[in-house]
Amino acid sequence: MKDSIRTPLAKVRGLGSAKSGTSHFLWQRITAIILIPLTWWFIYSLLHIANGGSQELVIAWMASSANAAALIIMLMAVFYHAALGMQVIIEDYIHCPSIKLSSLLLNAVLMFAFAIISILAVLTLHFHMIPQGVAE
Amino acid sequence: MTQKNEVFSRPLSPHLTIYRPQLTSMLSILHRITGAALAVGTVVLMGWLWAAAYNPECFTGIHTFLTGIIGRLLLIGWTFAFYFHFCNGIRHLFWDMGKGFEIHVAYRSGWLVIAASLFFTISTWIGALSKAGAF
Repeated sequence: MKDSIRTPLAKVRGLGSAKSGTSHFLWQRITAIILIPLTWWFIYSLLHIANGGSQELVIAWMASSANAAALIIMLMAVFYHAALGMQVIIEDYIHCPSIKLSSLLLNAVLMFAFAIISILAVLTLHFHMIPQGVAE
Repeated sequence: MTQKNEVFSRPLSPHLTIYRPQLTSMLSILHRITGAALAVGTVVLMGWLWAAAYNPECFTGIHTFLTGIIGRLLLIGWTFAFYFHFCNGIRHLFWDMGKGFEIHVAYRSGWLVIAASLFFTISTWIGALSKAGAF
C-alpha cells in the first residue's frame, strides 16, 4: 500500500479519471478558436456603436440577421468558454469539498443563465419584440 | 490532505514559494487572472444587452457609468485583459500543437504577447476616444 498514491477507499470506489476530461479540453479549445474572429468583430462593432450610446444604434446593429447570428454564436462560445475556464479555477483553488461542489454548481447555473438572458435579448432586439413603450 | 500525503508517501513537488518569479510563470497566472476578470465582464455584456432590449433607462444608466471615469478604467482593464487572454491563448494553441516549447522561444513569445496586448489595447482606445471626439 505504501507504494500506491491512491487511498484504499479511492480504489474501492473506483475513483480516478472520469474519462470525460478530453471533452473539457477540446471544448475549451474549440470555443477559443470560434472566438478568435468573433471577438474581434465584436470589438470592431462596439467601436462603431457604443460611443453613440443610443439604444437605436444597438437596435439598428441587431436588425441585421448576420450580426444577430454572429453575436448569438459569440455569446454561446463566450459563456461556454467562461464556464469551462472558471470550472478549472474552482477545481484548482477551492479545496473544501462542499464549497467546491456548490461553487461548481453555481458557476454552471450562472453561466447558463447569463447565456440564455443575453441570447434572449439579442433575439428580442432582432425581431423588434421590444416591449411596448420601451423603444423610442 | 498533507497528512494523507504523508501516510501514503505521495511525492510532493516543490511549491510556488521556493521559485523565483519568472516571465513564464507570471504570464501563466495572468492568463487565469485575466480569464476570471473577463468572466466577470460577461455580466456587463449581459446587462448591456438586456437593457438595450428591455429597459432603456437602465441602458442610459449603464452608458453613463461606462463613459465615466470608473467605467472607462474598468473598460480599459477589460480591454487589456481581453487582448492579453487572446494573445496568450493563441500562444497556448501553439503549445497544444507541440510548437514553441524551447525556453528561448517561450520567453520570446511571452514578451511578444505582452507587447501585442499593450499595442492592441492602446490602438483600440485611441480609436474609441477619437470616435467619441476626445481628440
